[in-house]
Amino acid sequence: MAEMTMIEAIGSALRLEMERDDRVILLGEDIGQLGGVFRATDGLRQYFGPNRVIDTPLAESVIIGSAMGLALSGLVPVPEIQFLGFTQNAFHQICQQLARVRFRSHGTQSAQITIRTPFGGNVRTPEFHSDSMEAQFAHTTGIKIVMPSSAKDAKGLLLESIRDPDPVIFFEPLRGYRLVSDEVPEGDYTIPFGKLRTIREGDDVTLVTWSASVPVVEDAAQRLAEQGISCHVVDLRTLVPLDEEGLVSAVERTGRCVVVHEAPATAGFGAEVISLLQEQAFYSLEAPVKRVAAPDGPYPQPGVEQFFVPNSELVMRAVKETLEDR
Amino acid sequence: MTTFFEPQFKPATCAVEPIQILQTDGSLVDGARPGLSHEQTLEGLRYMKIGRAMDERCWSMQRQGKLGTFAPIVGQEAAIMGSAMALDPARDWLVPQYRELPAQLRHGHPGERIVIYRQGHPAGGVIPDGVKVLPFQVSLAAQLPHAVGLAWGMKLQEQPGVAIVYFGDGASSEGDFHESCNLAGAVGAPVIFFLQNNQWAISTPRATQSATVDLASRAPGYGFPGVSVDGNDLLAVYQVTADAVARGLAGEGPTLIEAHTYRLWAHTTADDPTRYVDPAEKAQWEARDPIDRIERYLENEGVWTPETAKKTNQDVEEYVEDIFAKAAAFPPPEPDEIYSHIYHGPTPALARQRRWHLAD
Repeated sequence: MAEMTMIEAIGSALRLEMERDDRVILLGEDIGQLGGVFRATDGLRQYFGPNRVIDTPLAESVIIGSAMGLALSGLVPVPEIQFLGFTQNAFHQICQQLARVRFRSHGTQSAQITIRTPFGGNVRTPEFHSDSMEAQFAHTTGIKIVMPSSAKDAKGLLLESIRDPDPVIFFEPLRGYRLVSDEVPEGDYTIPFGKLRTIREGDDVTLVTWSASVPVVEDAAQRLAEQGISCHVVDLRTLVPLDEEGLVSAVERTGRCVVVHEAPATAGFGAEVISLLQEQAFYSLEAPVKRVAAPDGPYPQPGVEQFFVPNSELVMRAVKETLEDR
Repeated sequence: MTTFFEPQFKPATCAVEPIQILQTDGSLVDGARPGLSHEQTLEGLRYMKIGRAMDERCWSMQRQGKLGTFAPIVGQEAAIMGSAMALDPARDWLVPQYRELPAQLRHGHPGERIVIYRQGHPAGGVIPDGVKVLPFQVSLAAQLPHAVGLAWGMKLQEQPGVAIVYFGDGASSEGDFHESCNLAGAVGAPVIFFLQNNQWAISTPRATQSATVDLASRAPGYGFPGVSVDGNDLLAVYQVTADAVARGLAGEGPTLIEAHTYRLWAHTTADDPTRYVDPAEKAQWEARDPIDRIERYLENEGVWTPETAKKTNQDVEEYVEDIFAKAAAFPPPEPDEIYSHIYHGPTPALARQRRWHLAD
């Protein structure tokens, strides 16, 4: 075990897997010589060589499309898209192509690929660099959506992602890169998809969240605890496949629920979570399920992003409103 | 308008002459030597005829409601088979668009799977293990990055081989064409970009598609050579493709081949070309039919005799008949298909949806 930041945990996973499996190669803009604009791939090109850690031209669509070809030729590519927002420049290769390799070939061909990409707010970036887009990809069948919030989860889930036979998008929270740090096993381990993580046990209300919103929700839960409100906090970890059983039992435990995510509210993944709770946990609910999310607007300029990204105060207010609903 | 500078790079003022070995009347161009033996040429002709026979049969079935929409290859048989003959199906990848049927057959793609695909059966998507083809691509040019990746992957793994990718003049306007060419050049991928310029993208004529005089002339912009070839000349198409394969195998990187040909039938069974094709232009290209040209050449060589013709046509008929017999043996698809092969194993959500819907 070692204390690692999330960025170090990601680097640890990549190094371990590249040692373990010769087929794994990394490709993307600035990942080689520079080691990545956030240093996620720091040192890897020097260690594994330029044929396994590849600096590509500036062209997202062909980065993803060629990764599909590399996978079909027998390699295990882990392409990086420098910021999640720019996956939209490769949208058709991800959604029309990668997501459908297996289906189109009636199960005879497949693409074992993990797209790594950072996102998330309150880091003062230009347009597109912070946008949350997981719902757009969750609605694209054929892709798995993996969103770790801790360093330990990041390493275990990344190893699981690279080994998964399906295409995976691995979302890395920017703020978490250096601000999130916890005890991480130094050796090989994986975390299965479709199993949520219980962060805090409680009895008054269940807080459901993932990824960049986890630190915000943890902070709100702690402050609520000091005011005598007991929160049960779960991190979904993977949106596709989703831990439906775990989610339902976490909410049945308290009968009240607040879902928190950074992405805009309308048609965000919170809508799917709440729809499932309505179908499967209805009779255990004491109050309507609430949602704390960004407003339905583009991720704004740094000068106002603090008003856009859900914060602890908004989460605490939603919890209190839920509890007042009797 | 006068400028401060004199541009070093200007658009060509006239098109290059496409490479040709066989003239329209089947006689060899002066000094040209075919790279295919008589036997190989007959083999190419056989597949060209299979392609045309498949189109005739499929078109008729479509009109009777027994088959869905598909894209015929009529007029483009030499471009398709000339290039295919330069490949090794055991070593090379063939990445189609949707207008290359006989090339796929030669490469090992079972014809009956293609027929049931056209009939809307999900099992038509099957690519048998070891067959190096990708499924049909409906999203134009999306397959070009895949081909670059396949070729690049072979290079990185030090495996001999090339990937050929087929697409049309219309598809060459897509962003994926440009990104793919650029990456292929940058990494030296052994990929052959085979552009079938059949003069049409549904109803959009070639001149509307781009201001460039030659599509092949784009290649140097991406750092590799472009070749312009008479796409209705089986021998010339074979030769330029074989040379491109040799380049790829020798580590010299990509080649762009523009095969000038013509789409004699409709874009697909759903199209009506009488609304936009000039009959006089079509008649000119009918006179350059690639199958006629090869038959005349082989006649001149003393190889295409009435006996050979009869035997070849019989072979073609049997080959096509066999495909349709096998296709007819497939049972109709089950509802379960819509829940299958989406992920490696179903997600909880999919499993739940299937349970409720199919209740077994």
